[in-house]
Amino acid sequence: MQSPRIAVAKSKDAPEPAARRAPSTPAGAPPGGQPGALGDGAGEAVPAPRLRGARIIVEALIKEGVNLIFGYPGGAILHVYDELYKVQDRLRHVLVRHEQGAVHAAEGYARATGKVGVAMVTSGPGATNVVTGLANALMDSTPIVVISGQVATTLIGNDAFQEADIVGITRPCTKYNYLVKRVEDLAPTIKEAFYLARSGRPGPVLIDIPKDVTAFEAPFIWPEKVELASYKPTVKGHPLQVKKAVDLMRQVDKAVLYIGGGVVNAGAQPEVRELAKRLNLPVTPTLMGLGSFPPDNPQSLGMLGMHGTYTANMAMAKADLIINIGARFDDRVTGRVDKFAVNAKKIHVDIDPSNVNKTVNVDVPIVGDAKHVLEQMLDMLPQSEPAPAREAWWAELREMQRRYPLRYKDRTDTIMPQRFFEELAALTKGKYICTTDVGQHQMWAAQYYPVADGRNWLTSGGLGTMGYGLPAAVGAALSGTNEPVLCVSGDGSFQMCIQELATCVQESLNVKILIMNNRFLGMVRQWQELLYDRRYSEVGLKYFPDFVKIAEAYGATGLRAEKPEELRAVLERGLNTPGTVLMDIIVHKESNVFPMIPGGAAHYEILLGPEDDEDAQPRELA
Amino acid sequence: MSSVPPSSRHIISILVEDRYGELARIVGLFSGRGYNIDSLAVNQSIEPGMSRVVLTTRGDAQVVEQILKQVNKLVRVHKVRHLVGEGHLERELCVATVRAGSARAREELERVIKLTGARVLAYSATSFTVEATGTSNDIEQFIELVRPLGVRDLVRSAPIALSRAGAEGEAQPEPASSSAAE
Repeated sequence: MQSPRIAVAKSKDAPEPAARRAPSTPAGAPPGGQPGALGDGAGEAVPAPRLRGARIIVEALIKEGVNLIFGYPGGAILHVYDELYKVQDRLRHVLVRHEQGAVHAAEGYARATGKVGVAMVTSGPGATNVVTGLANALMDSTPIVVISGQVATTLIGNDAFQEADIVGITRPCTKYNYLVKRVEDLAPTIKEAFYLARSGRPGPVLIDIPKDVTAFEAPFIWPEKVELASYKPTVKGHPLQVKKAVDLMRQVDKAVLYIGGGVVNAGAQPEVRELAKRLNLPVTPTLMGLGSFPPDNPQSLGMLGMHGTYTANMAMAKADLIINIGARFDDRVTGRVDKFAVNAKKIHVDIDPSNVNKTVNVDVPIVGDAKHVLEQMLDMLPQSEPAPAREAWWAELREMQRRYPLRYKDRTDTIMPQRFFEELAALTKGKYICTTDVGQHQMWAAQYYPVADGRNWLTSGGLGTMGYGLPAAVGAALSGTNEPVLCVSGDGSFQMCIQELATCVQESLNVKILIMNNRFLGMVRQWQELLYDRRYSEVGLKYFPDFVKIAEAYGATGLRAEKPEELRAVLERGLNTPGTVLMDIIVHKESNVFPMIPGGAAHYEILLGPEDDEDAQPRELA
Repeated sequence: MSSVPPSSRHIISILVEDRYGELARIVGLFSGRGYNIDSLAVNQSIEPGMSRVVLTTRGDAQVVEQILKQVNKLVRVHKVRHLVGEGHLERELCVATVRAGSARAREELERVIKLTGARVLAYSATSFTVEATGTSNDIEQFIELVRPLGVRDLVRSAPIALSRAGAEGEAQPEPASSSAAE
């Protein structure tokens, strides 16, 4: 299955071997034709300009509409960086401090804009450092293209300096990847890579480019379109299936709309809102779907899942119909699969057919793009048709909301994490883009920060990557927003990509970092408290740096709040200080995130906080 | 996942572009998702630039549905077929060197050859090398028959399979509307 290796020995002075040369003039081209715009096709009378590989890469990115890339240079990618130097006015490169940061920044940019994010790294360690970001983007369906340098084709397989089989390493954590062995293949490969990254279920694509390929010349021919006979994502839902779904939604009273990241990717937020309105459906978003339904809309039940609201999870448990749009019945949502919503009929709209019947068997699968399928559904639901009342169902849900709201006991001696988020919500109204890291702060943010739009919420959902937040904020801050970008983090997570503070300051980014500092790896500690008898194994950070001084050392502004009465002032000052600001919020050490569905429990076996009356602990489904 | 229903053998035929790394993608999919490949046959197909992969795996209906969908999702995979029931023909090749030292053993070998349609590829004073083709079950039987005669060495190919002429009806995953007609 391997094409023969192309052996090329190119010395600087020797002419290129004939076999490496593509014809310099297309057949039938008149001599002396005027060169047209770069890459505008070989079919025309103008010969395509001959460029070296590195320049082709840069021009192809510009043709693809890229104006910003994140990266880190090195030996194998030097030719390309030389070309980047020459096109600074058309293609901005942002230097990060670690390749993982480049990929997360590209993800943050992609998530915030809906465009494909781009990262560029060198071979070997540069390339292996992108693995976490690729896996993260694959799990969260984020469109990114990563270009990695590789040792020359003549050296591949020789254990050369900074050689790594990155195509082999990243095969399972990319949507697709390439090793480009011929300079003529560069432009079509880049075109195809962007198409794959953004179409269907979006995801990461890696292009590995050996150094000699960036040095060879070829005519730059930019393909008009991509033809892939074996890749045709289904966009429209099957009409009969859609009809079946709509009939069920009309007939069944106790229904719930469960929406995920697919709604954000498809740009289907208005359609979701409309469907919920026309059918008077309760709505619960997943972690990845937060913001795609207004949190202040009375039909919103809040997030579901392991740390979702009581009402959202019980709505799923008690419903007779679950309408899943762009979510994937993740284990953080279903809990024990054999106990998951056993009585409910299930409709599942997903762009990825392999998500259907993967963990939960569904009654009405619809493969298609969320926006298209929702439009098809709305076409079958005339606006004149009165919305079903669902009176008993709503009464049941409202009673649950009344009895078990999100709640915590505030304190005057220390800042409660939830209190912090309430203050942040009051000050920002959820308007700002918010990135998070992973852990307790992430779940509190999901519960209390009222995300106003799906593209304002940047979190590592599937992979759970500590260290995602700060570089993602870098990408989001460069997405064109005029408002500050919030990066909510923890004292553990923040130290995983702390070096990107330098990128923030270097680019004068309007990033406001909020560290919920409890001097613990809080989520792991919580599990150890609840499930391991408080045996706190390696979760207390025995040494932690002074984050305010770190911020100052990097040239950012550092502030600290230690007492509840300082909180508001610090937040106001921090949010209103220009540039990169780090706010070190010292919070209560041993607060827990509730509600909580312990791993392996059924999704109705919800642990509530100590504030909720003991006899109300719902262990069994009524 | 405490009670897994008995899993059965499945033959999956894949038409994939003959490009660097595509086989690794298919194989990696199986190992990465915890599916087993019992056998694997790969060669060029009749369509230019395409390879045919025929593999056998085990699993219940849900596992096989996932395998078919996951393989179908691979960007360069053009066709995935689940060859089931009577709708396909299957062939496996086995080459064995049998000692058959005594006259009685040679007589028995002759009987086996007649019975199974095997043929002698080479022989020496002390051994016979024979080849047999058939379904995997046929080959199992062949092996059981020659084993008592003293097998010095034996190699089996992976089974290859194709649908019977005109049998277009078998399980090509149609994920867009798998149960649309129900």
